Formats: sequence, structure tokens, C-alpha cells
Amino acid sequence: MSFHPLMVYDSERFQKSERARLDEGKPFEFTRERRAILDDMLTKYPPEQKRSAVLGALYLVQEQEGYLTASGMRHVAGILGMTAAEVEDVATYYVMFFRERVGTYVLQVCRTLSCALAGAERVTEALSEKLGIKPGETDPSGMFTLLEFECLGACDRAPIVMVNNEHWHEQASAESCAKLVDDIKARGPAALSGCHLEVER
Amino acid sequence: MEPILTKYVREPNSFTLDFYLKHQGYDALKKALGMQPNDIIELVKASGLRGRGGAGFPTGLKWQFVDKKIEPRYIACNADESEPGTFKDHVLMERNPHLLFEGCLIGCWAIGAKVAYIYIRGEFFHVQRVLEAELARAYAKGYVGKNILGSGFDCDIVIHRGAGAYEAGEETALIESLEGKRAQPRIKPPFPAVAGLYNKPTAVNNVETLCNLPPIILNGAEWFTSLGPEKNGGPKLFCVSGHVKKPGVFEALMKTTLRELIFDHAGGIRDGHRLKAVIPGGSSVPILLPDQLDIPASFDDVQKAGSMLGSAGIIVMDETTCMVWAARNLLYFYKHESCGKCTPCREGGDWLYKILTRIENGEGEMRDIDLLVSVGNNIAGKTLCAFGDAAATPALTTVKHFRAEFEAHVREGRCTVPADWRASRMPVGAH
Repeated sequence: MSFHPLMVYDSERFQKSERARLDEGKPFEFTRERRAILDDMLTKYPPEQKRSAVLGALYLVQEQEGYLTASGMRHVAGILGMTAAEVEDVATYYVMFFRERVGTYVLQVCRTLSCALAGAERVTEALSEKLGIKPGETDPSGMFTLLEFECLGACDRAPIVMVNNEHWHEQASAESCAKLVDDIKARGPAALSGCHLEVER
Repeated sequence: MEPILTKYVREPNSFTLDFYLKHQGYDALKKALGMQPNDIIELVKASGLRGRGGAGFPTGLKWQFVDKKIEPRYIACNADESEPGTFKDHVLMERNPHLLFEGCLIGCWAIGAKVAYIYIRGEFFHVQRVLEAELARAYAKGYVGKNILGSGFDCDIVIHRGAGAYEAGEETALIESLEGKRAQPRIKPPFPAVAGLYNKPTAVNNVETLCNLPPIILNGAEWFTSLGPEKNGGPKLFCVSGHVKKPGVFEALMKTTLRELIFDHAGGIRDGHRLKAVIPGGSSVPILLPDQLDIPASFDDVQKAGSMLGSAGIIVMDETTCMVWAARNLLYFYKHESCGKCTPCREGGDWLYKILTRIENGEGEMRDIDLLVSVGNNIAGKTLCAFGDAAATPALTTVKHFRAEFEAHVREGRCTVPADWRASRMPVGAH
């Protein structure tokens, strides 16, 4: 097969897609409880619009597996009547879905302007130093992943660190970060200050 | 002024249904269900209520445009509060969820919708839990669901969790995301009022906008317009953050000046520092300088001053803030959040970030400054949605007001405005 006599066509060297391959993961099926949650979710949308529940379904896969696997996405595709490519298309767009294995605790430091003005860069720096990893990496023990995140919408209590897409830690500081990591190791998400609106009620 | 939307937010249990019912809760819904839907639209038009999400478009008009001949119709509540510097809907939903439900129901009654979808950003999961628990109580007491308060009106409210996409705050992108697709904007027209969610007529309204409806129904249009300057009536939530002593959400009238918001409500600049620049409406709007702050914080006055009130996210920066750094920080945000649909924004945002990084690191050349302006001007106005304009703004506005600072970076080959709160060793925010 050659389209030009002087061109070397070599599938090993040239015809390789740069598209990131998804991790296949374990064979996937929702647990009965999660399947029930998804079925309930589907009742909220018109019957012919099952696709609307795809974000919710992907959250459930992530909850079960820790991240989104290809087999999990195929399972979702089957339930919602989508193609696997359509599910992947959605999954790769939203930042709260992890497409590779992450640590038990994913530390998501807000880096956008208001948090940065309050010292978010120093927070990232201190966490990075304490954990010995750069933003975007997981520590060797598999306990922590450090990520920089975009505006979390709590600029009055900057800088904010979010853990595992839901638990908030407000007014973080470079000084308190080492303690925070040790505290999370000891007590899990309970170590976090929580959103003040939640705490103050 | 006495707060209207946030009057009880500091009181314990203010988020509960019982508390809400004790303070005129759902009275507006009762009154509204006794009115003709069209009369509600006329009332909201007369009140001059303008959308609180950013564009300031009159809500009554938006509803009037909803095509009443096509069934079903929808309300999509935009609770994807993601504009940097904005955190007002957060407090409303966390502390006053029933006000939002009541607003959704009134909106649905007015346009004849049977479902309101509240699209809440994924990061507000703790808020979503409050909403879900309180919504279940409202269902149980018959304020939401079938035959609401015996009126024969059926209406459901569905809370839909997003998954981290700034662009989902754009109304057509929000609809796409609700449909289970990437949050990318659609070509307009058709506008959502004609073909929105599932291709049906849809009104997309911000949380704060919907929360203004119950007080309007109860107190009338005249009362609402009397609060604040002409065409900018009603209470408004302002979010002040950055280098101020008491950052927070403040409810005020739009005749309050920006200076009062920053120096009285938010306690002024931190000690020993002085004000350098203010972004008055979320990161997407042009900067105002300290001598431009004696204007009412209304949609029209801020626009006259050359900026926009936007989502009323007021970001305050003192003299330790390097403007090249600030622009670069925001451009990282915009390049990261660009949905990638339109080339000027997808590619241009990335280039603006690269050029700003070069200048900030002291590797820039003088011509880079003009290049920034050129690239910026080739994004603004050339994309499907307002994101392109938003992405170009931080670069254009900082060069316009602080060109000397950019030149100093190039001349001296380093950042000339160091600050003790910025990264000291590693280039974070630049991975």
C-alpha cells in the first residue's frame, strides 16, 4: 500500500493516533443500589431523552470504580441508548470526571484569580512540597492526587481546596497545608473545614 | 437597606420549609396561581426585572418570547455559577432554597411549563444535598408536584448536576449539557425561547433572577422599580472578593456606588495597601480604576463607565498585584474552559496565554504587547457566544490601562511587581 513512491508508509512509526486510549478497567456492571439510583434519575427526563442522565450515570461509574473506565462507559452507553463514542465524548469534556486512576483523596486547589490573590499559588506549592508531587500527579502511595481547579465559586473564603469533587476546605493557607495532609490521613474528609454556610447553620 | 433575598440567611435553620412558611413562604405562589399567566408576565415586565446572570436582559421580555403554541415548555434555571469572582447563588441556594423553588414555580406558571430543571454546577454538591432534601419536603407538603395547592397546576422541579464546565453557564450550552452532551453553545437564532431544551420553548433564568419573583408578586411592580435607579430596580446581590478586609456577599440597591460596596460593605483594602484596580462584574469584564468607582453599581452606570456589571462579582486588587500576572491567571482559566467550538476562542485564548506567560517570565519583546491586542481583537466578537469576548477582555483591558507595566516587564526581563502571596519557587498555575 503506497500513495507516493518516495513516501515510507510504516504503521509502526507513522500511522499512530495520538488520541489517549481509555483504560479498559474491570468488567463493569452497576451494583443494584446504583442501578436503582440511575433508574430513578431516568424518570426525571422525558422517556425518549434518556441521554440527559449521562452525567449522573458517569458520576455513579466514578463512585463505583474510582475513575471512568472504558467498560464502565460502555455499560452506561448500553443503558442510555448511546454509542460508546458519544459517552466518551461527554466524559472527556467535563473536568470532574477522572479518566485514570486517582488517589483516595483528590485535592483540588482553586487557582483562579480571587483565590490566587489570597495565596492559592502558595497553597498548591506547599501541598506539592508536602506530598512530593507536582499538580496533576498522584503520590506513590496512591493516597493523594493534587490538581489545580478553576473557580469553585467561594471567593469570599479563598483560597479553597475541594476534596473528591465534594468536600470543601476554606481559607486554606500555605502554613496549614502540611497539617491538613496529616489530618486527612488521620481523619479523612472530616479533617476539612467544610463550607462555612454548611457549618454555620 | 433591609435585605429582601438574604434577610434571614444568617439565622439558624433559615433553609428549612418550616422557617420559610413562617416568613411568608409560598404566599407569592398562592397569589400567582390566582392570577392569569399573562398577567404575571406583564407584571414582571412592568417591574423591569433584569436577568441577574450577567447580560441584564429583561426577564419579562424573555418570557414573552417563549412560544406559547408549542408544548411542552421548560424553565431551565442556571445555577452553574462559575464566573470567577461570583458566589451569590451559592448563598441563596444553601440558605434560601425554597425561595428558588417558589421562583421556579411562578416562572413555570407564567410560561406554562410543567418542569423546571435546576442545572447546578457539580462543585456545589453540598448545596445540592440541601436542595434535594428541601425539595423532597416541598413535594411532601404539596408545594411542588401534582395539583399544587389544589389549583390543578402540575409542576415538577428537577435538580440536575453538572460536572465542571464554565461554558455550561451560557444558556444554549447549558441546554446542550442538560440534554447529555458537551456544554457547547448553539448557533442563535433559534433562541431557546423558540427551540431550547429538547427543541422545545425554554426560558433560561439565573437563580437570583428567579428568587426576585416572589417579592415582585407579593409587593408589586411599582415597589420593585422604586428600589434603585431607573431600569435597574430591585435588590441585587454583590460579591466582593480579593484584597479587601471582609470579602462576602452583600445585598444592596443598584444606586449604591462601587466605592461604597468596596470600602463600606467589604471593609476596604487590607491595611497598609492601596487600591490598584477593580473588576466589577466577574472576570469577563473590563477593569475600572480607583478614580472610576463613584458610580452607582447598576447595569447601565457601570456600562457607561466602560465596563459591565455582569454577574456583580467585584474582584479587588491592591498595588501588590502584577497586571500581567492577573491577565495571565485569567487567560489560563479561559484557555482551559474554552469549549473548543469556535476557532478564534479555542486557538486565540491559548495564544494570549502563551504571550502573557512569555512577558510575565521576562522573555517577551515589545512587539508582543501589540500582538496581544491584535490577537485579542481577533477573538472578540468573532465567536458564537460571549465567551470569546470574555476571554479577550483580561488581556485587552490590562494592556489598555497598564501598558507601562507590560513594557517594564519586557525592558527589565523580569516581573516588576513581586508579591509575597504568589508562588515563590515553582511555576504553579502553568502546568
